[in-house]
This record gives sequence, C-alpha cells and structure tokens, in this order.
Amino acid sequence: MGRITLDKVRKAFGEVEVIPPLDLTIEDGEFVVFVGPSGCGKSTLLRLIAGLEDVTAGQIRIDGEDATMVPPAKRGLAMVFQSYALYPHMSVRKNIAFPMKMAGIPQDEQNRRIEAAAKALNLTDYLDRRPGQLSGGQRQRVAIGRAIVREPAAFLFDEPLSNLDAALRHGMRLEISELHKRLDTTMIYVTHDQVEAMTMADKIVVLQGGVIEQVGSPMELYRAPRNIFVAGFIGSPKMNLLTGEEAAKRGAHTVGIRPEHVSISTTDGAWKGTVGVAEHLGSDTFLHVHREGATDPMTVRVDGEFSARHGDTVWLTAQEDQIHKFDADGLRIA
Amino acid sequence: MATQHSRSAARFMMAPAVFLLLVWMLVPLSMTLWFSFRRFLPLRGGDQGFVWFENYSRFISSSAFWPSVQTTLIIVGGILLISVVFGILLALLLDQPMWGQGVVRILVIAPFFVMPTVSALVWKNMFMDPTNGLFAHLWRAFGADPVVWLSDAPLFSIILIVSWQWLPFATLILLTAIQSLDSEQLEAAEMDGAGHLSRFGYIILPHMSRAITIVILIQTIFLLSIFAEIFVTTGGAFGSRTLTYLIYQRVLESQNVGLGSAGGVYAIILANIVALFLMRIVGKNLDA
Ligand SMILES: Nc1ncnc2c1ncn2[C@@H]1O[C@H](COP(=O)(O)OP(=O)(O)O)[C@@H](O)[C@H]1O
Ligand SMILES: [Mg+2]
Repeated sequence: MGRITLDKVRKAFGEVEVIPPLDLTIEDGEFVVFVGPSGCGKSTLLRLIAGLEDVTAGQIRIDGEDATMVPPAKRGLAMVFQSYALYPHMSVRKNIAFPMKMAGIPQDEQNRRIEAAAKALNLTDYLDRRPGQLSGGQRQRVAIGRAIVREPAAFLFDEPLSNLDAALRHGMRLEISELHKRLDTTMIYVTHDQVEAMTMADKIVVLQGGVIEQVGSPMELYRAPRNIFVAGFIGSPKMNLLTGEEAAKRGAHTVGIRPEHVSISTTDGAWKGTVGVAEHLGSDTFLHVHREGATDPMTVRVDGEFSARHGDTVWLTAQEDQIHKFDADGLRIA
Repeated sequence: MATQHSRSAARFMMAPAVFLLLVWMLVPLSMTLWFSFRRFLPLRGGDQGFVWFENYSRFISSSAFWPSVQTTLIIVGGILLISVVFGILLALLLDQPMWGQGVVRILVIAPFFVMPTVSALVWKNMFMDPTNGLFAHLWRAFGADPVVWLSDAPLFSIILIVSWQWLPFATLILLTAIQSLDSEQLEAAEMDGAGHLSRFGYIILPHMSRAITIVILIQTIFLLSIFAEIFVTTGGAFGSRTLTYLIYQRVLESQNVGLGSAGGVYAIILANIVALFLMRIVGKNLDA
C-alpha cells in the first residue's frame, strides 16, 4: 500500500516560503512525476514526503495515517538520490544489504532478496565490486536495488537520470517504467525533463515556484494545458505562443499552436514566411520559420523528407481546432 | 607530463631540489654513522679513533635502553589514542551548525600555535603544580589531597600536555574530512533506517579512515622525537625518559658523542619499525 496525501503542506526556509500551502493526493500504485524548472521546489517537496525536511505547516498522510512527525526510516519509503548516495567503502552487496541489516532482517532472507534484486537489475556479476568500480548506469541500478530490497510502500526518485548520458538515460527510463509495472508500487519521480515526465508518468504534477500549476495524465496536460506555463512546458519542441492580432482574431489574449499542428506548403497558406534554421531528426524535421511581420520564429514539424533550404519562402496554416486559447491572466479559455 | 620532452624538462627542474634534500638528509646521517663508530668524548680527550660496534653494544646493554623504548612507545601510543578519539569527537561537535562557529574553531586551533616549551611550562606551573596549580585547588575544593602530577603520574602528565598540543591538528584534519562527506549519503543512511550510532559507525567513520591514517602517521613522526615537553617538566626523571631524551643525556650530560650517535641510529631503526608496523595496520587506507 502506498497512498500519500499532502494536506495544506507548507515549507519555508527561514523567511523564504519555498512551498506555499499545497494539496495533493498520490494514489496507491501510481507513477507520479513532479516536473518543473530548476529551483521550483520539486526536491524540497520530495524531501518533505521522505521526512528529510520538516514541514512548516500542514499534514502528510501515508495510507491514511498521519506521518508528519514520523522519522524518515519509519515511513516505509525508499529514496533514490540524484548522486546515487551509494556507500563508497562497501561492496555492492553490502550497499544493497544495508537497509535490511538496519532492519534486522535474517541473513538468509537478506541473501534471497539481494540475489533477486541483482538478477532483476543485471548486477549479479558486480556484487563484490565497490561503487567506484562501476559505471554511472550500474551505480544507478545499485541505488535502485538498495531501494527495492526494503519492499517500501513507495519509491521516491530525485532526478535519478540526470547524471547519465542520453543513451543510458533512455534505457534506464524504460527499466524504471518496467520496474513500476512489475512491482506495482507507488513511485514519485522528480525531474526537470518534460520528456521523462511525459513518457513515464501515470500522473504529472507541474510545479512552478512551489505552486502546483496542473495535475493530470500526460495526454490531459498535452491536450488541455490549464495555463500558458503548462502549455509551454509540456510538449517538445515548445508550443508556439502568439499574441496580438492573431490572438485577438480568435478572441484570446494569447494563442498557442504546437509545431505538429501547423501544416506547411510551398504555394499557399495563412501566413507567409521564410525558412530559418532546420533541425533534422531523421524521421521529423523542425523548421524555424520567420513569418512576415512577426518577431519570433514559429517552430513547425514537417516530415523528415521535406526539403526546404534556408531562405526559402513557405506558407503556414494552423489546424484551427488544435489552437489553445488563453486569456490575459494566462489561463485557458475553454 | 605527457611527452618525452616535458618529462626530461621536469627531471631537470626537479634536480636541484632533490639534490638539496639528499645533501640535507645524507650529511647529518653519515656524520651520525661516523661518530657512532668512534670513541668521541669532547671533554675527556676528544676524538680517540674507531671503536666500531662498542658504542652500539654499550648503548643497548645499558639498563636505561629498553625502559626508554617502552616509555617512548607508551607516550606516542597514548597521545595518538587521545588525540584521535577526542579529535573525532571534537570534529563531530564542530561540524554541528552553531552560533559563533568561526570564533570557536579558531579557539580550538589555538593550542597548536603555542610553542611546546611554553605550553609545557604553563601546564607544569599553572595546572599541575601541587601547591599553586589549578588542579591542586580543584582537588582541595573537593577535600582531596592534591596529586603531585609530574612525579606521581609523569607519563600520564606528559601525554596530557602533548595531547593538548596535538589535539587541534587532529581535530582540524578530521573536521575537513567530515565536512567532505556527501550529505546525501547520510540522508540515504537515515532513510535506510540507520540511527545516529549506525550512521557514525557505518558511514562517517569509514569516510574518515583516510584522514585518521594521515593524522596517525604524521603525529607519529613528530611524537617519536618529542623533547621539549619532557625537558621542562620532568627532566627525564620518574621513568619519563624516552629514547630521544636518553640520547640527549648521553651526548650532553655524559659528554659522549659516540654513544649518543649509536643511540641515534637505534632511534632511526625504532622509527622505521614503528613506521612499518603502522603502514601494515593503517596504510591500506591510503590506497585507492
Ligand atoms: N536547505 C535550504 N535552505 C534554504 N533554501 C533552500 C534549501 N533547500 C532548497 N532551498 C531553496 O528552495 C528552492 C527550491 O529548491 P529545490 O527544491 O531544490 O528545487 P528543485 O529541486 O525543483 O530544483 C530553491 O530556491 C532553493 O534555493
Ligand atoms: Mg532538485
């Protein structure tokens, strides 16, 4: 079981309020991702749940029981740190065994769980090595192994992949998702990378300045961002935001158009423009098109085979039913 | 130092320093060896030629030799024990956030700046004096008879004085070691269910092992030759005569340079045995 409820949780460091009162419920077995720009309080929120920081006000409940004052070890949560926080002088085996040793679990049970975790995480050959002799990805897996063997009510991850290179990051993303499906345990995952959030989450919590901007499934956030911040943060490349005449024409202060919802033509369309930088990904190409009379270029997704050279003239047309409208306060107009 | 050229340039640049160090070390060493083989009594006939190993056999067969080795080892061991144990405790304490941290840290380091002679004299006269010392007053305040520290517990007194001087050094090095510990490791251990003692035993202490090794090795080098503290307190009396002090007595009080030099060579051998022993026990902490 691992249902976590935050009830008007507030956190201030001295005078500085990092997290204004905040409510959130994380259901049992859910994969929840906290996402937001650096310094928005994601780690702080996670550490509050873990018990590594004291809440300034409010209540944290785990499975319905007040855990606000419960010390970290007693909350039944396991955490994977960004730096992995492995114990450098202990072998991988001892690292993984450490929480069980502290809990006084019998030796043969410890061994059974270590073998199982090592097998699941491809660490069997490395059990007698020190963390210093492992690659980044392997260290990451040791940290996860150390979390798994405790059989926690929930896993907490704080930017676990940010120290890995792109290829490993993709691999580990799949492994963690796979792990979640297999264990069916609540996971709370902190990242500043919206791609990780979109690909892994059951539920995304978008944070800015300690405030929850929106909570929802990845597709809900993609289809109906509640405000401009979420609109700009979710989706890659970023949504094009237009103000002024184009927005006024549609009865809004700002309109947002995703690069994948603009069609391009060499002959006719709504806006005329010239091609700027082209980013080729192979399957797709992202063109930055400078529209006539506009300052910012508009990003457009086109097929990878579409050929356009720098300076070519093109016409763009947006899919009207996919345009997001926002009012002067940045809130979505339904 | 990647290329052939930069390697030879480096060698060339280092040569003067290496040469100077060699001379610095070799000249006194060879002079000690030279004198140790000769009968040399400055006030009684001067240099009287080779006697080969007579000085060595006389020095080692003297009744004062083995007790002095024992005293040396007890003093060094005692000081190491006190400064490492209390150094760790003080470092843990100073690592806690507190008001006036900077001032407190400087105060803790202060004893290290006091000259050995001065600190020993201060201890001897202000604290340990059986009539006027602070300890004597304290003892009397509780109705006890004052302890005559330097004659009743000479080794303990010297260990106390020298530990007081070296504690700051140990504390400082151990404090930097504690501060270099990644706080996420401690937090991970906390989440893993480790209490304060377990965190200290499993995380902090192993992390400090290298610093502790350094403290032990460096202090041993200096402590094997402590002299001033003994000179101004007990003057080598009451069984507080270390090997160094014995050599001093042979050379200056007995005016026998040859015998003292032989003792010097024994001191070198003792230092090497101690070093070998220490490297066996704690040296592995320096690898990796
Ligand atoms: N121990 C602390 N003392 C004071 N301020 C802190 C402390 N920890 C974090 N903060 C501040 O809280 C804010 C949120 O930090 P953090 O939760 O680490 O952000 P994120 O993980 O989203 O990048 C930052 O502005 C940071 O400076
Ligand atoms: Mg963070």
